[in-house]
Amino acid sequence: MPSRIAEIRLVSSDHEVYEPCDDSFALVDALLADRTNLIEHNPKICMEIGCGSGYVITSLILLLKNEVPGVHFLATDTNPIAARVTNETLEAHGVEADVICTDIASCLEKRLAGSVDVIVVNPPYVPTPDYEVGMEGIASAWAGGENGRTVIDKILPVVDLLLSEKGWFYLVTLTSNSPSEICLLMRKKGYASRIMVQRSTDEENLIILKFWRDKDQEMLDKETSSSSSFLSQFSRSLSSFIEKQWR
Amino acid sequence: MLSCNIKGVSNGFPLRIEAGKVIEKEVDFNPDFLKHMFAKIEWKALVEGARSMGYAELPEDSPDATVLDSGDETFLRKLHHALLELHLEEGALVCPETGRKFPVNKGIPNMLLHEDEV
Ligand SMILES: C[S@@+](CC[C@H](N)C(=O)[O-])C[C@H]1O[C@@H](n2cnc3c(N)ncnc32)[C@H](O)[C@@H]1O
Repeated sequence: MPSRIAEIRLVSSDHEVYEPCDDSFALVDALLADRTNLIEHNPKICMEIGCGSGYVITSLILLLKNEVPGVHFLATDTNPIAARVTNETLEAHGVEADVICTDIASCLEKRLAGSVDVIVVNPPYVPTPDYEVGMEGIASAWAGGENGRTVIDKILPVVDLLLSEKGWFYLVTLTSNSPSEICLLMRKKGYASRIMVQRSTDEENLIILKFWRDKDQEMLDKETSSSSSFLSQFSRSLSSFIEKQWR
Repeated sequence: MLSCNIKGVSNGFPLRIEAGKVIEKEVDFNPDFLKHMFAKIEWKALVEGARSMGYAELPEDSPDATVLDSGDETFLRKLHHALLELHLEEGALVCPETGRKFPVNKGIPNMLLHEDEV
């Protein structure tokens, strides 16, 4: 049976809300590629931060629907119109999630600490002047500040707090966000990572990363490997990834 | 309801629910999920929250965890209803300390803080 994802014609829209784009599709492709694992993962609580049109969270729900019973879904966005549009998209697909208008996950953090099994984020990642970050309206959907990292760097510690022991985290990045550095940051918090999707469009070079807690990694890290060897390892895996795609 | 309850105990204190319109949605009964959540719930906050949404069937004191596996589903059914089937469609979440109201419209709580509150 082909797995279902959200249908574009059913995705609601508003000129103030980010429309599903290459980055959204790449993220959903990463989830699709990981579908079997996700089902086996048997998550209880899944969450999207920055849900925009609702395309991604709806796809995630449809992916797991009928496969994993009793999953609870949450979606947040700072843009109240995005929250409304997400609700409409969910409804059009006949699925449900709790949509909350909030900054990243504030007001959920304490309650859900260590409880979320899957977090997906397509953050505002475009490098812009810092003052553009978090402005009202559609600009906040992409404005990522210096190196596009301002919002990402705020999200990472929150994700670390929310994820359960077995939790997984999928993140959209651009090459200009220095994904290898993001992996290194997460590695210091005890996470292993891998590249799920790499895609170059006319405008951007997208990399979808997946993170999970890795006890061994933490141990290993303390013992031997240095940051520089990690970075070179990352660039090696990225180039082999790109090679594979070309073949 | 889950999200309300979750937020209900944000920042360490339960937010009071000011119910305008409450709707009920039927959700598939899933004991596993409920057992999983039971450990994470702050019981008093849930009882309060459910009551302010017009559901007063939950026991005042947190039942012993053994009730979950007792084979008697009565309690789980109630928990299921309170946690998953009650939705605050219109209303507000009110901070008991400051009286600050977070509006809930079309089922979406708006927890954004004004600039002077951050
Ligand atoms: C690149 S768009 C992605 C939208 C959608 N998830 C998708 O993939 O099509 C980023 C979204 O994050 C939201 N956002 C920006 N800053 C945020 C923050 N601090 N907390 C929560 N959401 C935020 C924006 O409003 C926007 O909807």
